[in-house]
Amino acid sequence: MSQHQFVEGTLEYEHTHDGLDDVFAEGLTTDSMSPRQMARRRYFKHKGALISTVLMAIMVLFVLFSPITARYGVNEAIFKAEAGRPNSYLSPRSEAWFGTDDIGRDIYSRMIYGLKVSLIIGIAAALFATIVGVTVGSIAGLRGGRFDDLLMRVTDIFLAFPFLVALLVVRNFLGELDFLTPIVGERTSIRFIILLFVIFGWMGVARLVRGSVLALKEREFVEAARALGASNFRIVFRHLLPNSIGPILVALTNTVVAAIIGEATLSFFGFGPDAGSGDTSLGLLVSAAKGGVTAGFWWMVVFPCTLLCLVALCINFIGDGLRDATDPKLVHGG
Amino acid sequence: MARFVLRRLLWAIPTLLLVTFLVYIAIRIGTNPSEAYQRSNPRANEAKIREYEELNNLTGSYLKGYWGWLTDFVKGLFDGGESWQRSIKGRRPVWPEMKDAMANSLRLGLAASFVGITVGLGLGIFAALRPGSMRDTSVNTGAFIAFSIPPYVSAVLLQLLFAVMWSRWFGHTLLPTSGVYPPGHQGFDLWLMLKHMILPVFVVAIQIIAVYARYMRASLLEVLNSDYMRTARSKGISERRVLMTHAVRNSMIPVVTVAAIDIGGILGGLIITERVFSYPGMGDFFLTAFGNGDFPQLMPFMVVIVTCVIMFNLLADVSYAWLDPRIRLD
Repeated sequence: MSQHQFVEGTLEYEHTHDGLDDVFAEGLTTDSMSPRQMARRRYFKHKGALISTVLMAIMVLFVLFSPITARYGVNEAIFKAEAGRPNSYLSPRSEAWFGTDDIGRDIYSRMIYGLKVSLIIGIAAALFATIVGVTVGSIAGLRGGRFDDLLMRVTDIFLAFPFLVALLVVRNFLGELDFLTPIVGERTSIRFIILLFVIFGWMGVARLVRGSVLALKEREFVEAARALGASNFRIVFRHLLPNSIGPILVALTNTVVAAIIGEATLSFFGFGPDAGSGDTSLGLLVSAAKGGVTAGFWWMVVFPCTLLCLVALCINFIGDGLRDATDPKLVHGG
Repeated sequence: MARFVLRRLLWAIPTLLLVTFLVYIAIRIGTNPSEAYQRSNPRANEAKIREYEELNNLTGSYLKGYWGWLTDFVKGLFDGGESWQRSIKGRRPVWPEMKDAMANSLRLGLAASFVGITVGLGLGIFAALRPGSMRDTSVNTGAFIAFSIPPYVSAVLLQLLFAVMWSRWFGHTLLPTSGVYPPGHQGFDLWLMLKHMILPVFVVAIQIIAVYARYMRASLLEVLNSDYMRTARSKGISERRVLMTHAVRNSMIPVVTVAAIDIGGILGGLIITERVFSYPGMGDFFLTAFGNGDFPQLMPFMVVIVTCVIMFNLLADVSYAWLDPRIRLD
């Protein structure tokens, strides 16, 4: 390995800001690759992440092509499955692969519609939470002082609180403020639920970004940028954030999972989106499963529960893979 | 050390007051007292509702109302809950019910934490000693899967298995799936009680195991790669002692801190699990009170939770300093 290639690596770093450590860790021993390529390679070496990405892609395709993949409408009942027998609580069969629920709707089709709503909630909540969290976290990390102390105190207490208790109290509080209703919607609307998870989700991101900014802001390249007269805004957006993209992405996936599971928790205890609105979600399906337990209608329980866990598991694995990919120091089994 | 603890304890009081004040406002607005009272007592007239609001300090300014609630609450601490207002539904005294719920939850929580933390730490150590091996991968993946399963999902699946499927397949029931005792049971019976606790403890413990196995593994791996481990080995200390006194002890420092802060997670898991298994604990108490918009029941519950959270945060700081001599407190 020649000195020349190492220098090339450093130059690469200047352009992409993907982390000096990448270059040190692998730039000396492998053929010249951009840090981004190395990160991609590390990501695909994580078997769980690889499988999860494929599974997630399949699920997203099922959702995107729901007019083709779903066999019935969201609230459409299967009629005349068998002459003279009601169509509710049918066990899995060719007319309904995963059986039917209490009013004879196809569980397989409803799982596709439910997954769509859950993914929308998860992704929207995570995106907005990340935007808020990155803004607050980078201000706190860069400025420090009072604002930083206050932020840490508030998030400490909020994060230590039992999630469900805090979620329910804030939910009813916001729901009762009538002047907010035009903005946040009714408390059973999807919009309201997304907002709720933004309120709870930004804190984890903010803490991560703050830590990352604190660690990076004393580094030489930030000093260099400052010496060249870069504004705070420029330093944050061109230097600090690109270098902490790894932790931010991991926090983003964590927030997606938290929102999907959180929605399911709310629904399970009867505080989720409106079941009668003509839409469904994974949470509502799992919550409907309660009605199938004592009677032994296992298909109502097993299929929606498996899908919920599978989605959570896949996104968690993708997050873990991203962590490995963006932080070479943390490689498993090290 | 003592001075540090004392100072933090003194700080805890204003924090507690501030947080309970915010909670008071949130619950007063969130429960919508007059509507909630009407829902629980459909034949209530205007005067009754006014009386309920007056008694619970739900009128006037927030600061004044909070002060009224606080004096009542503190008085109740000294006379066994006599001064606390009665519940919105059925006008039952709050303290006796909450006391039972707390005892039930404490039993469940302690059992689950004990099982969860010992098994979790054990698995974490087990995995970290052979990094990259088959057993490491299986512990890690297993923890990941367990971590991704929400407690109510595992609870519902276990209920289905034990309440329905087991008797269908084998003709007898193996484990009870709800309550503390079978319906109609009188008196104390340790064996029956333990049998009813197995499934809820299992559900809560799974989550704890998943979290602690991962923490412990990561923490121990970091310690094992540190320089002082090499020094200890080069001194000729037996491998067993190197692991026990140097590695495991030092890797416990971050884990203990996390354990104390993580109390919210354990409480949250308890609330959800209790509800699914109809276990009459704090979670059941809270969700019922929340559903009814029961201000007199919700406030004491929130005070207990907030106190727990603040105390365990303090405990985290103290234990951290106690375990790691490099940290100076004053």
